[in-house]
Amino acid sequence: MKKNTNTNVWGGGNEPMKSEYGKMMMWFFLISDALTFSGFLTAYAFVRFRFEMQWPVAEDVFTHFPGLQGEQPLLYVAFMTFVLIMSSVTMVLAVNAGHQLRKTATAWWMVATILGGAIFVSSQAWEWYHFIIGDKGGVELSSSQVLKVADLEGEVLSLSQVVNGMENGHKANHELIFSDEEVFSSIRLNNNLVLQNPGKDHMPLTREATLRALNGAHVVQGANMIHNEYGKQQFANFFFFITGFHGFHVFSGVVLNIMVFYNVMLGTYDRRKSYGMVEKIGLYWHFVDLVWVFVFTFFYLV
Amino acid sequence: MSDHDSPQGTAWIWKIFWLLLAITTIEVVLGIVKPEILLTSLAGTSILNLLFIGLTLVKAAYIVQYFMHLKYEVDSLRYSIYLPVIILIPYLTFILIFEGQNIFEF
Repeated sequence: MKKNTNTNVWGGGNEPMKSEYGKMMMWFFLISDALTFSGFLTAYAFVRFRFEMQWPVAEDVFTHFPGLQGEQPLLYVAFMTFVLIMSSVTMVLAVNAGHQLRKTATAWWMVATILGGAIFVSSQAWEWYHFIIGDKGGVELSSSQVLKVADLEGEVLSLSQVVNGMENGHKANHELIFSDEEVFSSIRLNNNLVLQNPGKDHMPLTREATLRALNGAHVVQGANMIHNEYGKQQFANFFFFITGFHGFHVFSGVVLNIMVFYNVMLGTYDRRKSYGMVEKIGLYWHFVDLVWVFVFTFFYLV
Repeated sequence: MSDHDSPQGTAWIWKIFWLLLAITTIEVVLGIVKPEILLTSLAGTSILNLLFIGLTLVKAAYIVQYFMHLKYEVDSLRYSIYLPVIILIPYLTFILIFEGQNIFEF
């Protein structure tokens, strides 16, 4: 960065914010981005308050962990959070090394940050895959309300368990598609099965109401922008939109990090005698981490 | 550079890393266990949820103050960043949650 040598105030010698132009503009961009994300998250809160009863509980939705059997609620997002915090740390270390004009150290910490970002984006792809393909399946009533099949104790059963029986249910993989007829006749035959709300209190229907509700209902498996087996449709739409928008931020961050890394290797910042670019991209990267901290809380915990 | 009083070395970075990790671990454990005592409702939600939001804000503060280095910038830059966010986001949150509840009752 070329230092301004003019000390005359009207000649541009005044620096009220004692900050490089680019860094300041990065901050103001981040403010507007923060407001965008808060718009998304508050809209999520608004719709969720409206449909409290039918809103899926995140721990019932995101229950898989690669390589582990059974239900592992929160574990996978916890891992993703850890990866992102870790990559934030390597980014600070890169900025720190940049301040001391240590080219090799900066480059290595940039590589670590890029790797962290790549792991995060691929983890998100894995989670999207499982969200889209579905878990236990649900029943969409003619009123477009989505309910889960459960036994009288309130334990939610997968469609595979409903059709093939409890013992054989787990053998089936997630790709199995069940017809309305298969599922509904199994529900009609088994007096222990009722439909229940996906929301927090899991309010079940009575057996009679269940049988009545099956008229005109459809089986839903998986989630997309039109159908959502986990509960209220908007839950899936918000999930795709908010985590998608955040994931795209991470992806852009990785691309920008690669560009800055490339310039570090070329020695561009060494010649400038300033690693200000690393600092600016660092601000963006921490912001992405910051947004994830909030998405993690409001999507998965609260 | 305005960061003449910013911390030297890398020890402080790892200190904040462990702190953020500890807070995340507490959140995850609370989210899995969901202790009965914290589920009592308070201010329209549960104590647990308020705890989650509180811990999240602490994490956010540490990231912004130390990782994003805002603590060591001059006041004019700090406040031009803090104020819009601190005024607008709680305002928007309040309005939408309030309206969401009213629509639910409606």
